[in-house]
Amino acid sequence: MRMSTVRSPRAAPRQTTTGFDPLAWRRDFPLLQQTVHGKPLVYLDNAATAQKPQSVIDAVARYYRETNANVHRGVHALSERATAQYEAARDKVRGFIHAASVREIVFTRGTTESLNLVAQSYGRSHLRAGDEIIVSHMEHHSNIVPWQLLAEQLRLDIKVIPITDEGVLVPGAYEHLFSPRTRLVALAHVSNALGTVNPVRDMTVLAHKHHALVVLDGAQAVPHLPVDVQELDCDFYAFSAHKMFGPTGIGVLYGKQALLEEMPPWQGGGDMIRTVRFSGSTWNELPHKFEAGTPHIAGAIGLGAAVDYLQNVGMDRIARHDQDLLDYGSERLRRVHGLRLVGTAPTKVGVLSFVMDGIHPHDIGTIVDQEGVAIRTGHHCAMPVMERFGIPATARASLAFYNTREDIDALVAALAKVREVFR
Amino acid sequence: MDLRELYQDVIVDHNRSPRNFRKMADATRTQEGFNPLCGDKLMLYLKLDGDRISDVSFEGSGCAISVASASLMSQNVKGKTLAEAEQLFGRMRALLTGDGQDLDLEALGNLAALSGVSEYPARVKCASLCWHALNAALRPPAQARPAEVSTE
Repeated sequence: MRMSTVRSPRAAPRQTTTGFDPLAWRRDFPLLQQTVHGKPLVYLDNAATAQKPQSVIDAVARYYRETNANVHRGVHALSERATAQYEAARDKVRGFIHAASVREIVFTRGTTESLNLVAQSYGRSHLRAGDEIIVSHMEHHSNIVPWQLLAEQLRLDIKVIPITDEGVLVPGAYEHLFSPRTRLVALAHVSNALGTVNPVRDMTVLAHKHHALVVLDGAQAVPHLPVDVQELDCDFYAFSAHKMFGPTGIGVLYGKQALLEEMPPWQGGGDMIRTVRFSGSTWNELPHKFEAGTPHIAGAIGLGAAVDYLQNVGMDRIARHDQDLLDYGSERLRRVHGLRLVGTAPTKVGVLSFVMDGIHPHDIGTIVDQEGVAIRTGHHCAMPVMERFGIPATARASLAFYNTREDIDALVAALAKVREVFR
Repeated sequence: MDLRELYQDVIVDHNRSPRNFRKMADATRTQEGFNPLCGDKLMLYLKLDGDRISDVSFEGSGCAISVASASLMSQNVKGKTLAEAEQLFGRMRALLTGDGQDLDLEALGNLAALSGVSEYPARVKCASLCWHALNAALRPPAQARPAEVSTE
């Protein structure tokens, strides 16, 4: 197929209809200023990891340059300063997701560790053989495998909410999965492979009606949407810093205080104890009970800086820009000959998964990379989603607030090159 | 790096019309290959006539590089002895991993079309999958062989 089959773009104003100027914010991201293969970098792999603003980079560097000391231990000035900054970051995160208390904010290595913590601490102490867990067909592996491990350990059953061809949960299917043995529902707030936003508020109400707890994987929600855990009323909410413009290696588990209180520690070590005797040890108060060992202090401080940055941009404005760009991108990609979007839910965030007739996603990824366009190709750690759609992989362009309509245009132009190679 | 060095005409052609792409009902040896990162899957069939590979075919799905590599492989190992096929595996591994400076590209014939792959580290596994499957299939079934070779 020739380039001419790709219709010319509609007028793409520099500023979007929301009046939001992504390029002004993009200046804060030094990495985005580079060229790749001699072309200006167009970074559309934000769902894998997002880039970091200078303020986050500075916060991490400043911590190591001026403050580095262990937390909750020393009486010297540096240790007190490090502790204050680490705990201030926790309070910023609390505010960001509207949790009631800093006791409900546990720092982890990321979403994956947060979900494993719930499975192994809450799950092992509260579930019994024959109990049931509900997950959806669109979960990331990190919200499937921890439950499979637990199911194997305790002989539990896992039930799966099916999804439609549009990539939404089959209406009505969820409520039929409940039984008196349903104890837990583990759901993606937003699907990483499809972009679908699940109606987690209503689903939580239903789960609570059946006396089941709700664990939400918020990894793909926090960079795109304002999140209020009290309004959602979920019992646990897990997310990673690196997808919301913070450092890698740090993430968060939010849990309702009453639940965290009654859960046993998951990992043992320093910082999580109150007293240690060979006759038995006692645990530290929340949230430290779940933070064994020296934490990723710089990471937490970097996450705090990312929260500050996002709140300065404004999550509502980010969400509006995301929708504007998603609409534009969906329309432009739909017009590319032989391209099919995978994940066309009416309620989505800026994730554009697609396949092209007769061209494998990996070939697409390599060729658009030569044009400076970075996208993800593969199964996106969601093999059941790929299986559901009968495809081995997709190409995925995922958006952030620093992306523009021109970035979408660059992707579409690069896809024309893909056709050229295979014509 | 020019994309055309990766996607040479031979590669595009073999991807579009893979040679020996069929199931072989009377195969002497079969070997599965799987690249978990990409989801590339391959089933390789060999028919042996004594020490000689009298027929080769494959089935599966994958990217252009992986399909073309398997197609080219099937053409090139047909008629070879097991020892010759093993030697070719060694040469192709060197070529694909960028360790093939001493290789005689002309002697490789149309397999030389895969010489651009080593410049794309993320794609080396795509091109290598079928060759690892071949290497496993060269060993007699009596010897311990993996049920499935993996590029991981």
